[in-house]
Amino acid sequence: MIQGVQIDLISAERLDKLTAMEKIRLILDDVMEGNIVVLEKGLAPDEQSRLIEVTMREIKPDGFSGIEMETYPVKDAPGFFGRLFGGRRAETRLTVIGPANQLKMIIKDKDLIRAWVSSR
Amino acid sequence: MTFLVRTKQKISQFLRAFFRKRSSRIGIYGPPNAGKTTLANRIVRDWIGDAVGPVSEVPHETRRVRRKENITISGVNGHSITIDIVDTPGVTTKIDYNEFMEYGLEKDEAVKRAREATEGVAEAMHWLREDIDGVIYMLDATQDPFMQVNIMMVGIIESRQLPVIIVANKIDLPDASANRIKSAFPQHPVIPISGLEGDNVETLYEKMTDYFR
Repeated sequence: MIQGVQIDLISAERLDKLTAMEKIRLILDDVMEGNIVVLEKGLAPDEQSRLIEVTMREIKPDGFSGIEMETYPVKDAPGFFGRLFGGRRAETRLTVIGPANQLKMIIKDKDLIRAWVSSR
Repeated sequence: MTFLVRTKQKISQFLRAFFRKRSSRIGIYGPPNAGKTTLANRIVRDWIGDAVGPVSEVPHETRRVRRKENITISGVNGHSITIDIVDTPGVTTKIDYNEFMEYGLEKDEAVKRAREATEGVAEAMHWLREDIDGVIYMLDATQDPFMQVNIMMVGIIESRQLPVIIVANKIDLPDASANRIKSAFPQHPVIPISGLEGDNVETLYEKMTDYFR
């Protein structure tokens, strides 16, 4: 059997069908098993806030120590009405999430995220 | 676009101020060891002669949200505001007790500190969603401001349409760069200070009286 780390690439369509807590559980359950999750479209700010909160509640000594997460900068909502009503509420973008003790970001640029992943 | 955002902020601030009787709650947020409690202590000491909590070089010294009520701050512009200062634990997405042992803590103490820190971060996020009216976002000016947690937190604060002042702290240190922080968050006012030495805090007070009214 191939040894290594599982990477789950989750489509925007699949995420769109889920509620905020369903998304957070999907991500955290996956990451707590030692997998890397790549979201085609990132989480909304309120979902990010809840992700931090739920992550904190899952941290255990000598067990799960939290998440590492990187995403490209958001793009402003397009068009006049988007800017008027959305402000910087915008298109969230590709996001990488993994266990803090296995995923290390090496480079984060506006168009490149380079990460290093270790197995458990 | 800036004009529209500012107008929207002003209207929402006006409506909040008009319908609310209590003081605005200004949360001091930021990553661990940015100097949040040092600033909270300075503000409280300068205006009511008290303190908020202890400070330490070991991360996550503040593990509970602490509030000091009814602090009236005056700027040289003649404006004044009465606010509650809410000092919060440093926000992060990861906490490992082994990190505390590197500062000389025994394992039991480090595990306890980690557990309390996780509770504190969750509590701080809850306050931000429910009970905060404006934010001072503290950054250590010697560190990279583009860290994901900072980008995420500023995005969360913006999505709640809260007024935010970004403070570039520790400008007394040789590696500090307030310009790096200004380039990371050009959409918000950035005030360089040294919370420890008190450098430029008057400018911060003046900005607070304008921004959090």
